[in-house]
Amino acid sequence: MERCVASDHPRSNLQPLTLHVPEPRFRPGDEADFVAVEVPAAGLSRRPDTAEPAADFHDLSYGLIRVLDDANQAVGAWDPKLSPDLMRRMLRSMVLLRAFDERMFRAQRQGKTSFYMKATGEEAVAVAAAHALDYEDMCFPSYRQQGLLIARNWSLVDMMNQIYSNSADRLQGKQLPIMYSVREAGFFSISGNLTTQYPQAVGWAMASAAKGDTRIAAVWCGEGSTAEGDFHSACTFASVYRAPVIMNVVNNQWAISSFSGFAGAEATTFAARAIGYGIAGLRVDGNDALAVYAATQWAAERARTNQGPTLIEHFTYRAEGHSTSDDPSQYRSANEATAWPLGDPIKRLKDHLVACREWDEAAHAAQDRECAEQVKAAQKEAEKNGILGHGLHQPLDTLFDGVFEEMPWHLREQQAQMLAEETASGRPWDRKA
Amino acid sequence: MTMIQAINSAMDVMMARDPAMIVMGEDVGFFGGVFRATAGLQAKYGKTRVFDTPITECGIIGVAVGMGAYGLRPVPEIQFADYIYPALDQLVSEAARLRYRSAGEFTAPLTVRSPFGGGIFGGQTHSQSPEGIFTHVSGVKTVIPATPYDAKGLLIASIEDNDPVLFFEPKRIYNGPFDGHWDRPAQNWSKHPGGAVPEGYYRIELGKANIVRAGDAVTILAYGTMVHVCAAVVEDSGVDAEIIDLRTLVPLDIETIEASVKKTGRCMIVHEATRTGGFGAELSALVQERCFYHLEAPIARVTGFDTPYPHSLEWAYFPGPVRIGEALKTLMKDA
Repeated sequence: MERCVASDHPRSNLQPLTLHVPEPRFRPGDEADFVAVEVPAAGLSRRPDTAEPAADFHDLSYGLIRVLDDANQAVGAWDPKLSPDLMRRMLRSMVLLRAFDERMFRAQRQGKTSFYMKATGEEAVAVAAAHALDYEDMCFPSYRQQGLLIARNWSLVDMMNQIYSNSADRLQGKQLPIMYSVREAGFFSISGNLTTQYPQAVGWAMASAAKGDTRIAAVWCGEGSTAEGDFHSACTFASVYRAPVIMNVVNNQWAISSFSGFAGAEATTFAARAIGYGIAGLRVDGNDALAVYAATQWAAERARTNQGPTLIEHFTYRAEGHSTSDDPSQYRSANEATAWPLGDPIKRLKDHLVACREWDEAAHAAQDRECAEQVKAAQKEAEKNGILGHGLHQPLDTLFDGVFEEMPWHLREQQAQMLAEETASGRPWDRKA
Repeated sequence: MTMIQAINSAMDVMMARDPAMIVMGEDVGFFGGVFRATAGLQAKYGKTRVFDTPITECGIIGVAVGMGAYGLRPVPEIQFADYIYPALDQLVSEAARLRYRSAGEFTAPLTVRSPFGGGIFGGQTHSQSPEGIFTHVSGVKTVIPATPYDAKGLLIASIEDNDPVLFFEPKRIYNGPFDGHWDRPAQNWSKHPGGAVPEGYYRIELGKANIVRAGDAVTILAYGTMVHVCAAVVEDSGVDAEIIDLRTLVPLDIETIEASVKKTGRCMIVHEATRTGGFGAELSALVQERCFYHLEAPIARVTGFDTPYPHSLEWAYFPGPVRIGEALKTLMKDA
C-alpha cells in the first residue's frame, strides 16, 4: 500500500520553523533603560460605572490607571480623593512594612531564621488594597502580601514569632517563615504551592454569596503564577458564578529568575486575560498607592453590588531578590530597580502629601526613625520567645497535633515511639505537660 | 435500596440536617449526576446548595476548600476517580494540610465523593482504584463502602467529619453485589442483607471494620467490590475464612485485623488496585510487624497487575474468583 506523506506535497519555498524562547531585554552587565515600557500620563483613564459589562473593559485592560502625576498631584477620574489622614496612615503602613522587611532580612542573614522574602517596591499593592477593603473581607495572599497584615495593624511581634518559629509562634513551628495564617485579621493561611489560593478565594466568595452575606474575598498571585492551571479554573469559576471576588495579579516583572515574558507578557497584559473570561479587567500603576486604592475600591463596590469579579493587574517591579535564597545579580541588570519608570511607591505618596502641604521631609524622616524603632522593639520582644537557631521551641510531641481533628491510633503510636526513643537517647527537649 | 439510592439518601438526610452542606460537581445539579447519586437534590434544596460546576477538577476541589474555610460543609463529586488527578495538588497540598499548617485556624471539612474501581468494561480511564495515592497522604481519610447500608452510614459519618474525606464508591456494585462471576446474571441489592437501608439518620463510625464472615482458618482483608468476590470464593472453596471488610483505610481498624490474624495465622489481602505501592503493601507490612510470630505462611496479595487497566482483557486483569481461588489454595496448602 502506498503511503500518502506530507513530503509528497510541494512546500519547497517554506523557511524552516523556528521556536521562540523569550529573552529579557537586559542581563547582568547591561545598562537597563525602560524606554520601551509604555507609561501613559496620569489621569487619562476613564472610570466606568461599576455595573459596566465586562466586555467593555478592553481599554482599561491594556491601559494603565494612574492617579499621581509627575508633579505629585492626584489627577483624573480615578483620584479616590482620600483624606490626608488616610493617606498618612497608608504611608505609615508602607514605611513600617519596609522597615519590617529590612530588619527581618537582616535577621535571616544573622542566622536567626532560615528564610525571608521582602516586598520592597511593592508596598503599595498590599497596603493600599488593605485600606480600601473592609476589615471583614477575607484576603487570600501569596507570600509577598505581608503588607496586608501590617496595614490591618496586626502585631509585628506575632509575625516575627512565626518567622522565628519560636515558643510563641501561632503556627507551632510547623510552617516555613513568612507563611503566616491570621484568621482574626482576615488573612488566609499561606501555602507554598503557587496559586492554589485562587480557586479557594473564589470558593470563599461563592460561599459568602450563597449565604447572603455581604463580605467579599480578595486574592493575590504574582504574574509568574498566572501560568498555573489554578488561575484558569479560578477565573472560570469566578465568571460563571459572578463571585464577589477581587483577583489581583502583582506583575513585578520577575518570577525568581524568569522575566514576565515566560508568563505570556510579550503577547498581552495580565489584566487582558480577564476579557476572555468575561471578568472586568483593570491595569493599574502598582507603585501609585492612590491608583491601587481607587481600583480596589471600585472592584469592591462591583463585587458588593453583585456585579461580579474584577481582575486587577498591578504593574510594578520587584526591587530586590526573590528571597533570601536568591541573588538577582546572576540574571538581571543591576540598575533595573532604579531605572524602573514608575518609581518608588513610598516616595511617590510622600511627595504627594508634601505637595499637598500635609506632610514634610522632617516629619517623614522622623516617621522613618519611629518605624525602625517600632520594628526593633518588636524584634526584641519576639526574640524573648526564642529564635530558630536556638533549638526547638515547641514541645516535641506537638509535631503530631493537627494532622487530623482527633489523633488516630497510627499517629498516637508514632508519637509514643518517638518520645520513647528521645527519652532513651537523653536528648533534652521539652515535652508537653 | 441500591447503593446509589443509599448514597442519595445520605446526602438528602445531611442536607436537611445541616444548612452548611452543599453539593457540587460536574452534572450533579439539574441532571442529578451521571450515576443518579444526586437525583432530586437540587429540586429539593435549591440551586445555591446543589449546583453544576465547570469541568475543572482542580477548580472543584479548590473552590470547595475555600467554601470550607468560610464555614460551609462541601460535598464535591469527582465524576470518576480516574479524573481526580487534576485535583491532586488541591487535595494533597491544600485540603490535607490546611489544619496542620494553620495550627487549626482553618480546616477543610470536605467529603469528596468519587466512583471508582473496575469490572464494568470501563477501560483505562473509568476503572482505576487510586486509593493508595491518598492513603499515603497525611491529613486525609479514605473510606470505601461495600454495601448500601454501609454506604449511607459511612457517608453520613464522612460528611460530619471535620477532616477531609475521600469517599470512593465502587461503581460495579452501585446496583447490586458482584461476586466476580461476570458470566452469570446480574444480582440486585434487594436480595442482599446489605440492601436493607433505614430511611432516616444513622452513622457508621469511621475506622471500624466489619467482619463479614467469621472463620478460623485464614484472614482475608478486602474492601469495596472485592468483599463480595472474596465471599463467593470462600463459599465455593469450603475454607473457613474470616473475611474483614475494612470500610475505612485511614484510619484503619488495626485491632480487628490484628486479632483476626493472630487467631487464624494466615492472611490474604485482596484489592483491585495495582500491586506495587498499593494499600495492600501497607496492610502486609502492618500484619507482618504485629503478627509475625503467629504467621504460618507468607502473607498473600491478590491485586490488579502493575499495568494500566485494560479494556478487552478486563477479566484477566480483575482479581476474580479464579485468581483469588488459586491464591487461597496456595496459602492453605500446608494447613
